[in-house]
Amino acid sequence: MAERIVHEPTGEDFAALPVAERLPAARGAVPDAAPMVEAEDLARHFDVSRPWLQRVLAREPRRILRAVDGVSFAIPKGTTLSLVGESGCGKSTVARLVVGLYAPTRGRVLFDGQDLARARASAAQRRRMQMIFQDPYASLNPRWRVRDIIAEPIRAFGLVRDRAAQRDRVAELLTHVGLSPLDGEKYPHEFSGGQRQRISIARALSSNPEFLVCDEPTSALDVSVQAQILNLMKALQRELGLTYLFISHNLSVVRQVSDRIGVMYLGRIAELAPAETLFTAPRHPYTRALMEAIPDLEMTGRQRVPVGGEVPSPISPPPGCPFHPRCPLADARCRAERPALIPARGTEETLVACHAVEEGRDGDPATAASARALA
Amino acid sequence: MAAPAFVRAFDSDLWWSFRRSPVTVLSAVVALVCVGGALLAPLLAPHNPFDLASLNLLDAFKPPAWAAEGDLAYPLGTDDQGRDMLSAIMYGARVSLLVGVSAVLFSTLLGVALGLLAGYLGGAVDAVLMRIADIQLTFPSILVALLVDGVVRAALPREVHDQVALFVVIFAIGISNWPQFARTVRGSTLVERNKEYVLAARVIGLSRLRIMLTHVLPNVLGPVLVIATLSLGFAILAEATLSFLGVGVPPTQPSLGTLIRIGNDFLFSGEWWITIFPGAALVAMVLSVNLLGDWLRDALNPKLR
Repeated sequence: MAERIVHEPTGEDFAALPVAERLPAARGAVPDAAPMVEAEDLARHFDVSRPWLQRVLAREPRRILRAVDGVSFAIPKGTTLSLVGESGCGKSTVARLVVGLYAPTRGRVLFDGQDLARARASAAQRRRMQMIFQDPYASLNPRWRVRDIIAEPIRAFGLVRDRAAQRDRVAELLTHVGLSPLDGEKYPHEFSGGQRQRISIARALSSNPEFLVCDEPTSALDVSVQAQILNLMKALQRELGLTYLFISHNLSVVRQVSDRIGVMYLGRIAELAPAETLFTAPRHPYTRALMEAIPDLEMTGRQRVPVGGEVPSPISPPPGCPFHPRCPLADARCRAERPALIPARGTEETLVACHAVEEGRDGDPATAASARALA
Repeated sequence: MAAPAFVRAFDSDLWWSFRRSPVTVLSAVVALVCVGGALLAPLLAPHNPFDLASLNLLDAFKPPAWAAEGDLAYPLGTDDQGRDMLSAIMYGARVSLLVGVSAVLFSTLLGVALGLLAGYLGGAVDAVLMRIADIQLTFPSILVALLVDGVVRAALPREVHDQVALFVVIFAIGISNWPQFARTVRGSTLVERNKEYVLAARVIGLSRLRIMLTHVLPNVLGPVLVIATLSLGFAILAEATLSFLGVGVPPTQPSLGTLIRIGNDFLFSGEWWITIFPGAALVAMVLSVNLLGDWLRDALNPKLR
């Protein structure tokens, strides 16, 4: 099984390219292409109340979990937007909202200019969006042969004329993701995690989609395999002009694949910036704290300043800015008023939801870091 | 890899755990003898107990062949009509098995379908179906079967009832046992429906029915096989109980339960073989099937390996 990693045409060719060519010119800036997907004030609340009788007996109010609470973004065609954040910040819920697995509680999603619910009613539009999942051990039906798994979207959308054409298409897809056409006869349990993720990608590609939602596609994989899968995904993006919404909690993974990055905190976007800008000039206090926490070689052994406190519960989020209980810059306004996502003072290409940045209270990052160390 | 499927099946963990357990092998042999004897009764049985012309009342109450007054023509003796007990048992086991297997099939189909619907659709469908199952589970299943049988018996005219009696028994036993299947399948469905392969199918936009049948169903059938095997024992016993109480299969097609009931009348007048032999056959059949079911349950449970 292990030798299969060697023949990986797309990934290896890609890795051989000079670094400059690997970075699209558009990277770091917002390209002018029409948006593939737009989210407008998107929210999804879950009712997590106890059963009615128990609730009435205990005189409890309903408990509403605000998994996503007012998220807006646009993903231009051919680019990658990543959403990062801690567990429970709502990033996977956004992913599911964007492909229509959940209906939004508020706001809407536009797919290529069309309302998502209307777009999903048509098979021709549904075909254009696909999803890659986190757990390669749960995302493939264990009772199906790989060739049937990959062919399912082909059959569902009636993309080929006959069985022979379907077989050829499956073989082509398997080769495309670096597997052998013979692997189609096997069952998912005969593959490693990385190979299964390749099968997932082949299934997603089989309907010739234009937009892929990737919900932590590498977080269940070994680091070396992660790189292969990321390279494969980037090569496919270049080749097929795909648009990605990429969900991850791993900042270094996100840095490798994204054009723009949104940092989520408690169901909202705290900062949305071009990828390199986010890493070189993070503005939101939460983003800055995250950057501090990335392990790197120069800083080995240094004492790190963790973000104090815990993530508040999305069932009873704090009023005002959701980050204020943990924020070194919080003042009375932060505790009362919810900040809007607006261009940041100084770095206009960055959108940030922070009163301190808006008012210029954040100072330059160095001062802020020392202030935080004192706090 | 290239070996044909049946060779691989015999090389599997299941076969290994089967051979390792002598009790299981023994029960399989007993079950095979019972099923084989029942299925091949018209070929193997020494007499045809339903052929009235061949019955001779002078042969009534013959003891088994090894007793002093025994007759080699009737290895297990005869009953009050002069019927050969061995043949009657073989034909009776046929009826018992037919009713048992059909009832289990019926409750499996019903239970799996309702469990799948409840688990996958959730909400009100789930609540209603599971409350019905809960209510039914508070009654002993034999009571449910008796009730169903009684209602149908009262509702249908006698001639019609005699014709459909067999189906009524199958229906009554089947309906009394579906909640087990439904609950198990619902539980597994709740787990499977949130797995990512189901989400992937939903992203494509497949219909709920198609996802239930092609994705969820194959992944929840494992435990069903075990319950079905264990239920077979129950169903055969339930049929015997109904027949013993005189409400089961029609007397023209006596099952093991009917034979036991008939024999019961003569137990205290010394003709013990008329009731003991059908009883022993019933015990052997149910016990072997249940032991096989127990083994299957353990062998398929990864935590017990």
